[in-house]
Amino acid sequence: MTDLVNLHISEALDLLNKKEISSVELTKAHLAEMEKARFLNAYITETPDRALADAAASDKRRANGEALGALDGIPIANKDLYCTKGIRTTAASKILSKFVPPYESTVSQKLKDAGTVMLGKVNTDQFAMGGSTVTSFFGVTKNPWADENGEYTLVPGGSSGGSAAAVSAGLCMGATGSDTGGSIRQPASFCGVTGIKPTYGRCSRYGIVAFASSLDQAGPMARSVKDCALMLHEMAGADQFDSTVAELPVPDYTAALTGDIRGKKIGIPREYRPDGLNAEVAKVWDKGIEFLKNAGAEVVDISLPHTKYALPVYYIIACAEASSNLSRYDGVRYTTRVDGKTLDEMYENTRTDGFGAEVSRRILLGTFVLSAGFYDAYYTRAQRVRRLIYNDFIEAFKNVDAILVPAAPTPALSYEAFKNMSPVDTYLGDVFTTPASLAGVPSLSLPIGLSDKGLPIGLQVIGSILTKTRFSKFLKYWKNRQDLI
Amino acid sequence: MYTIQGKTGDWELVIGLEVHCEILSESKVFSGASAKFGAEQNTQVSFIDAGFPGMLPKVNEKCIEQCVKTGFGLNAKINKFSRFDRKNYFYADLPQGYQISQLYYPIVGEGYIEVTTDEGTRKIGVERLHLEQDAAKSIHDMVPGKSLIDLNRSGVGLMEIVSKPDMHSPAEAGEYLRQLRAIVRALGTCDGNMDEGSMRCDVNVSVRKVGETALRARTEIKNVNSVRFVMQAIEYDAHRQIDIYESGGVCRQETRLFDSVNLETRPMRSKENANDYRYFPDPDLLPVNLTDEYIENIRKNLPELPEAKKKRYIAELGLTPYDAHVLTLDKETSAYFEAAIVGRDAKKVANWVMGDLFAYLNKNGKSITESPIKAIDLGALVGLIQDGTISGKIAKEVFEIMAETGKDPASIVEEKGLKQTTDTGAIEKIIADVLAANMDKVAEIKAGKDKLKGWFVGQIMKASQGKVNPALANQLLDKKLGEV
Amino acid sequence: MSFNEQTIKTIANLARLKFPQEQEEKFMQDINGILDWVEQLKEVDITGVEPLVSVSPRESAIRKDQVTDGGIQTELMANAPESVQGFYEVPRMVE
Repeated sequence: MTDLVNLHISEALDLLNKKEISSVELTKAHLAEMEKARFLNAYITETPDRALADAAASDKRRANGEALGALDGIPIANKDLYCTKGIRTTAASKILSKFVPPYESTVSQKLKDAGTVMLGKVNTDQFAMGGSTVTSFFGVTKNPWADENGEYTLVPGGSSGGSAAAVSAGLCMGATGSDTGGSIRQPASFCGVTGIKPTYGRCSRYGIVAFASSLDQAGPMARSVKDCALMLHEMAGADQFDSTVAELPVPDYTAALTGDIRGKKIGIPREYRPDGLNAEVAKVWDKGIEFLKNAGAEVVDISLPHTKYALPVYYIIACAEASSNLSRYDGVRYTTRVDGKTLDEMYENTRTDGFGAEVSRRILLGTFVLSAGFYDAYYTRAQRVRRLIYNDFIEAFKNVDAILVPAAPTPALSYEAFKNMSPVDTYLGDVFTTPASLAGVPSLSLPIGLSDKGLPIGLQVIGSILTKTRFSKFLKYWKNRQDLI
Repeated sequence: MYTIQGKTGDWELVIGLEVHCEILSESKVFSGASAKFGAEQNTQVSFIDAGFPGMLPKVNEKCIEQCVKTGFGLNAKINKFSRFDRKNYFYADLPQGYQISQLYYPIVGEGYIEVTTDEGTRKIGVERLHLEQDAAKSIHDMVPGKSLIDLNRSGVGLMEIVSKPDMHSPAEAGEYLRQLRAIVRALGTCDGNMDEGSMRCDVNVSVRKVGETALRARTEIKNVNSVRFVMQAIEYDAHRQIDIYESGGVCRQETRLFDSVNLETRPMRSKENANDYRYFPDPDLLPVNLTDEYIENIRKNLPELPEAKKKRYIAELGLTPYDAHVLTLDKETSAYFEAAIVGRDAKKVANWVMGDLFAYLNKNGKSITESPIKAIDLGALVGLIQDGTISGKIAKEVFEIMAETGKDPASIVEEKGLKQTTDTGAIEKIIADVLAANMDKVAEIKAGKDKLKGWFVGQIMKASQGKVNPALANQLLDKKLGEV
Repeated sequence: MSFNEQTIKTIANLARLKFPQEQEEKFMQDINGILDWVEQLKEVDITGVEPLVSVSPRESAIRKDQVTDGGIQTELMANAPESVQGFYEVPRMVE
């Protein structure tokens, strides 16, 4: 039975359709694995009863020959940022620790409609703010990849660290993540799984707790490119509730995974190879370049000149938007409340108590960069530089089909290392992921190799906006590469 | 020019108004909840209006249209590109912690409203009109120590119309507001009901010595909710400011509240937290891009605006500017007037509407739409005078009966036998009787005291119970006097 | 950068947050560190560059004026820390 928790979604769908396994079996196997792996603290809320009921319903549909969703019977997990009707949704925060949404997010609804079975809600950095899943009010999630001593001392990355850890450890077959500045791609790299941050506007943000609205994007995390493609096909698409979602048909991503990348031009931006780049990461990157050359792609040097400014631009914009997005958590309608004599006192008591240090720090920074006298110097300037970063990609994609860069500057770090870092040092973990976020271009992170200590290292394949078909063609190739890990 | 005479000289006023108009639409500006007034608490609220996690706004096309229409009413530039910004502050009536508004790129730019006062007609500049969402309502007296929040109004579309500091007297400000109300009512973009709060006004006032060009510190008077209060608030605060200056003090920029009971302004309890709204473009909403076709289509289908109507009344119907102004102040009145004048003398109808009808309605606390006298019947009444069926005097009597019974004037005249006598024989008989009874006065007329003729006409009317056509009576009186 | 004791108090107050002094100082340090790091953006020539507000692939989005929502008072109140008769309850806002 242990096999069942190591299947890819595509494989499990085959077995389900051949009636060799049932969704209930698949679900039970995962529930059992979740129980064994509780020490990882990947889940904030487990929903076994609902999962088993949904699995049974799926099996019944299949047995009766009724219409099936594209992912019918597949057990998945949702990042605890996705509002799920009737199931507590916390954003890994104290302030929302009692919030039971009376509505479902568009993306989780679409996955439900596709027949998936939700096992529970997985951990994240509080309000998705962090790259470690260390800031969760519900405790840290551990990376299922052990350190050289066989101990679980490593962070899973973040903010979708619960999703990455759960997928990696076989606690679900796929999971939703969300990516604002690298929150899908960096934990995917740390945990050796695949994740896609789609083009901004591909997936609806409706019902997903907002961090930074101009950057937030929902995306899938799974154990193969094909699995991610299957999930994304269900998650993406127009939504009447989100004004920023593309009103375009969703292409058949899996059909585009032909594996043929001969003649494709792959850009290697020189700015991603600064002095002092981690040698193991550089090695894996070179390996990736070799793979592509061998498969017949043309590898070209390119320049994305404003890359180094992406990180500070990102922190200004993301924090500014967050400071406003998080104003609604005020103790009046659905959060915890800490009383006060006056309205303002109640606000202060509730918010100070309800937000963790990292969230407070970002709210303070964001409030500051928007405040009178500083708005132009920080916020407007950041938006202008953002355009230059965006233009870099536009220029680059005139000449290349995709860009290959590392997903994270290092393999997974230890909690010890993480604890002693300054905020700026922790922010540097997003150095390779924020440019694509700011430009809104799609980017996929997938594991390519292992470090000397045997930890996974991922690379990002960045595509041009909404050219997923062209982009995906090239990705089929990677499917087999994942067998490395 | 309006000035206030102080101890140290004459002062002039500088006034600007910021008017919030709730947009007439079925649903709210960013959600599908109803925008209607007066429902049970928190029943016209979506999770969007309540600022729940992950909720996103989406613009109501009707609200855009209403802004563009109003923009035309203000003779203003319609901006093809506009965008939404967030205005950030904490308050219990603001569930998102920010109000979605338009600071940097409003949907409507500069325009003007023509305002007529005793001092003549002036164009008062409009700075901008922007689209934003209304706040919720709080109730303070139901539970001791608590305030209660009703989000029904949260997210209703608002147009904020900001004037330039172009007004210089309370009368001008009052007229501006009346005219603005007439415009939004004519366009159907806001019901203009200040007492229900669907139209609210903030007043900016400062004073300066006549001849000064620089502006002095201004007072912002919040939420003044009637035209009369606006005028009173300005009057009061201008005097207050002048008193400060003249006693050697200096006014500072401040926000005050108008106390409509004591007719004075009071400082708002100074908030310990200075506001810094941290406006920035709302990343949840895309810009509004209007095409030329869209704008032109709205322009083509605009109803006639009060200003145009007024000009038409003067030019085509021969009304005085004052009458035309009064009759175009709201669209119900002008609609009534226009229904009444079909086939009648418009000037005479105007007199009846503004005279007897307004007096009756005022006395009985009725609006023109509640008038028991139908427009067509008032027109018919004027018609009966015009064709000589009844005299003006009898008409007043008929009017009273119409107001009481709602009957049409012709049947009232018929029933009560109020028709004017045109039988010359009968009239001559009456005249003969009157002359015979007053031979002394006849002698005086003969001696050249022509003025007494009027007195005789009066006697004839009285004797005939008003049923004699006065012109005819005059004519026949001359004839009879000649015979005597 | 001049993010001093006064700034942190003002900013925290705008954000309705309130920290003990020790924590305030820590935040002040952190934020000063971040702002120093952000200074590098001053190197970039942004002359004539329009701010990039959104990377959404859409032009605009509007909806029809229809009532499609509301009538959910119970659901609205379900998570409220304090409510009475379908109202949200907060500390008294006026004297």
